[in-house]
Amino acid sequence: MGAIITLCILGIVVLYLGLFKAKNALLPVTLLGLVVTLGLLVAEWNNEALPQLHGMVIFDRLALSFSILCVVITGLVILLSKEYFKNISTYLSEYFCLIIFSLTGALLVNAYHNFAMLFIGIEVMSVALYILVGIRKTDLASNEAALKYFLMGAFSTGFLLFGITLLYGASGTFDLTELQAYVQTASEISPLFYGGVLLLLCGLCFKVGAAPFHFWTPDVYDGAPILITSFMSTVVKVASFVGFLRLFSTVLVPLHDFWTPVLLTIIIITLFIGNITALLQSSFKRMMAYSSISHAGYMLFAIIAIGATSVSGMLVYAAAYSLASVIAFGVLILVKRGSGSENFESFNGLAKREPMLAFVLTIAMLSLAGIPLTAGFMGKFMMFNNVMGTYNITLLILAVINAAVGVYYYLHVVVNMYFRKSEDEVVAQHVPISYKVVLIVAAVLTVIIGVYPDSILGFL
Amino acid sequence: MSNLFILLLVPVISAIVLCFIKDAVRAKWIALFAAILEFGFSIPFLCGFIPDASIQFEQRWMWVESLGIQFHIGLDGISLPMVLLTNGLIPLIVLSSFNKARKGNFFALISFMQAGLLLVFLALDAFTFYVGWEIALIPIYFICALWGDGDRIRINLKFFVYTFFGSLLMLVTLIYLYNQSATPSFEWNAFVALDLSESTQRWIFWAFFLAFAIKIPILPFHTWQPDTYTHAPAAGTMLLAGIMLKMGVYGLIRWLLPVAPLGALAYGQVAMALCVIGIVYASIIAFKQQDAKRLIAYSSIAHVGLISAGVFSWNMEGLQGAIIQMVNHGLSVVGLFFIIDILQERTGTRTLAEWGGIASKTPRLATVFLIILMGAVGLPLTNGFIGEFLLLKGLFDYGTWYAVFGGLTLILGAVYMLRLYQKSMLGALPERAEGIVDIKGYELLVLGVIVFFTLFLGVWPKAILHLSEASVVNLLNQIKF
Repeated sequence: MGAIITLCILGIVVLYLGLFKAKNALLPVTLLGLVVTLGLLVAEWNNEALPQLHGMVIFDRLALSFSILCVVITGLVILLSKEYFKNISTYLSEYFCLIIFSLTGALLVNAYHNFAMLFIGIEVMSVALYILVGIRKTDLASNEAALKYFLMGAFSTGFLLFGITLLYGASGTFDLTELQAYVQTASEISPLFYGGVLLLLCGLCFKVGAAPFHFWTPDVYDGAPILITSFMSTVVKVASFVGFLRLFSTVLVPLHDFWTPVLLTIIIITLFIGNITALLQSSFKRMMAYSSISHAGYMLFAIIAIGATSVSGMLVYAAAYSLASVIAFGVLILVKRGSGSENFESFNGLAKREPMLAFVLTIAMLSLAGIPLTAGFMGKFMMFNNVMGTYNITLLILAVINAAVGVYYYLHVVVNMYFRKSEDEVVAQHVPISYKVVLIVAAVLTVIIGVYPDSILGFL
Repeated sequence: MSNLFILLLVPVISAIVLCFIKDAVRAKWIALFAAILEFGFSIPFLCGFIPDASIQFEQRWMWVESLGIQFHIGLDGISLPMVLLTNGLIPLIVLSSFNKARKGNFFALISFMQAGLLLVFLALDAFTFYVGWEIALIPIYFICALWGDGDRIRINLKFFVYTFFGSLLMLVTLIYLYNQSATPSFEWNAFVALDLSESTQRWIFWAFFLAFAIKIPILPFHTWQPDTYTHAPAAGTMLLAGIMLKMGVYGLIRWLLPVAPLGALAYGQVAMALCVIGIVYASIIAFKQQDAKRLIAYSSIAHVGLISAGVFSWNMEGLQGAIIQMVNHGLSVVGLFFIIDILQERTGTRTLAEWGGIASKTPRLATVFLIILMGAVGLPLTNGFIGEFLLLKGLFDYGTWYAVFGGLTLILGAVYMLRLYQKSMLGALPERAEGIVDIKGYELLVLGVIVFFTLFLGVWPKAILHLSEASVVNLLNQIKF
């Protein structure tokens, strides 16, 4: 609870700092605030998990572990922003403030215990992002992305809200515990309820970017500033998944016969669309956007594999994916600064110019591809294992085919970095110290989780 | 000293150290030192190994507590020859790239790969096995794609995606088996003890077979192999052919047949037929090759086809033959690729038609070439003879016709190998080879070691056979079709 209040205060403090033109204080204050938030979350770890504030939020292990992940990833993204935003605009404090508010929303989505909070959380998280995506006011692509994101986001919120209303109409409650009691005890579940579940499913699939609700993802990820993309594809996505997981793998479990076939279809479509379209991209950033769709497919495995281990699988997968994405986008920022392009070709010869960048990006790509001794492998392994427990082997075979396709485009960038020479002379960029710290920390964490997954599983 | 984990630790540490060495001269000496040190560390295991069926020097730790995954390694009579082969060949491979001025990262990748290979051979837990299996793939991909020639990027991407797909199927199978075991466990023992229905074993057989057959490679899955071998740097080809393909054969012996014996009973004939067709097919193609490296690549398909056929015959002679022939093939193929690399460096070509008469200028090279070649062909008193003899005996017990066609390898092998020798060493000396100098120094050392073992194992094959005998008998008793 303290964490959410801290973040709200932090956001306002940052705004005031901007008002008094204390630009140099922005980054330290934000980081300090995040560290305090992290401390408060960790302090709550062993407390008994009870719904707080009249059953509005619950900080159980699920919420806490994913909130900690979100805060850490936000910290890494903010560290990367040190030199990034200066080049885009002068309204520096707004960026920090909006990112913090978006993070607050993410924490609410992680911890909701009442549909009102789910809705507020998603809105706080998204509204801040609508602005962030369009933050390059003069850039057409950024504007287009913002508009698209806003329209699609508003549309999906409509679905969500409609779904919540139908559930309320059937059960007469917004509270998850009471809802669970309704599902378990009602002699006959009203058809309204089923309609509500379907609409919720659609709304949440929009948010996580699963096919066929994925059409906004590539354009928005592509148009947004790189740093915002990295925030959006990690923190926001992870939080949306937790929202998904909390509802479907606890409250709605008794109805799983109804929604698993729907979700199964969505997963298979998502995997194929994400992977096959990613194959065809010539821009690294767009490839990452499509690959994030396919990762959404793998992460949905945790939701259909109803079981105790699906939370830990999701945590490892989300951590692996987020760390790798931060590395990928961090390196992309530096590469783009040198060559001005986001295409695969701009990575040519990076291993010669910047061996460190090439090395960490290789680790990130191997992790995304799911090669052992990286976190991505453990994530995939646990997801596959969860699904194997509940489902037949066909789904896994399909997933495996997709994983093999994935290797192809993840290696594309590795091939360009190591095996191709850059055609024109690219000046080696100065790598700021904050970038070095973030990239190395993320790479080391990726390897640690991969080699010794108990380092984070041990806590759950 | 007899702590198996040291064997894995030394290459990993040397790989990390070598990453930071920019100076080529220093890098190669450090790599050589580490490789010899690693070989030295494996001697105590050979001396301390009691040749019975037990698993020795076992080590296990909990790896992922919540999933019941263990890190479990150990040595038995089947893995010991493979470990010795790996640790024995790596110093030779390092030595063979001594004149190439390679930076530390090249040797670091070799060391890293060594760790992966050893993990595969030592693993008694399927998760550990899978990790090693994949770890070995990454370094060899970089070695081949960074220092290779020709269309290296496309060829190696194909190689990588191909083998990765195979191993993912294996991963699915392993996860399936893990979920079947009573207390979810990846232990080899638990997998073998599983009571699986015949229909399950049938698809498990194919999933495993595909993963291993791609790596070995067995006939319809071999298309990546000739290109990758031909366009890899010499050290990469040696690693691939000398050691890495043994991972696949080892996988057949250790995992495929023990876990899915009923599947093997149902489809063993098909697998066997594929192996035997592969032998004849690859031999004929090898005969038509103009590129010497490609010729050896195809010959390698033929040889491992025979080895895999021996495994599928699942009898004493077939398995023993497979194990000793894996060692023999590793030795001879490393020697042959090294000789071709030497010739290519000195004459600037690999095309058979542009060679000839080199023996007159380089008597030492011609002699070692002939001996290693004879080993590969299987002449009595060289190492290949006993291996091929045992394999064919195993095949004969399984089915006469398999032995008849498998036996063609002896004749066809002699034909294309002698053609290689004739076209390169005998005949008229072309102009480009006028100034060729004989092998000396480290080249002589590498080839001398290989020649020594070619003859030594030819005269006294029991050196390897007695190590594996008890384990093979035990395996055969444990798993009956």
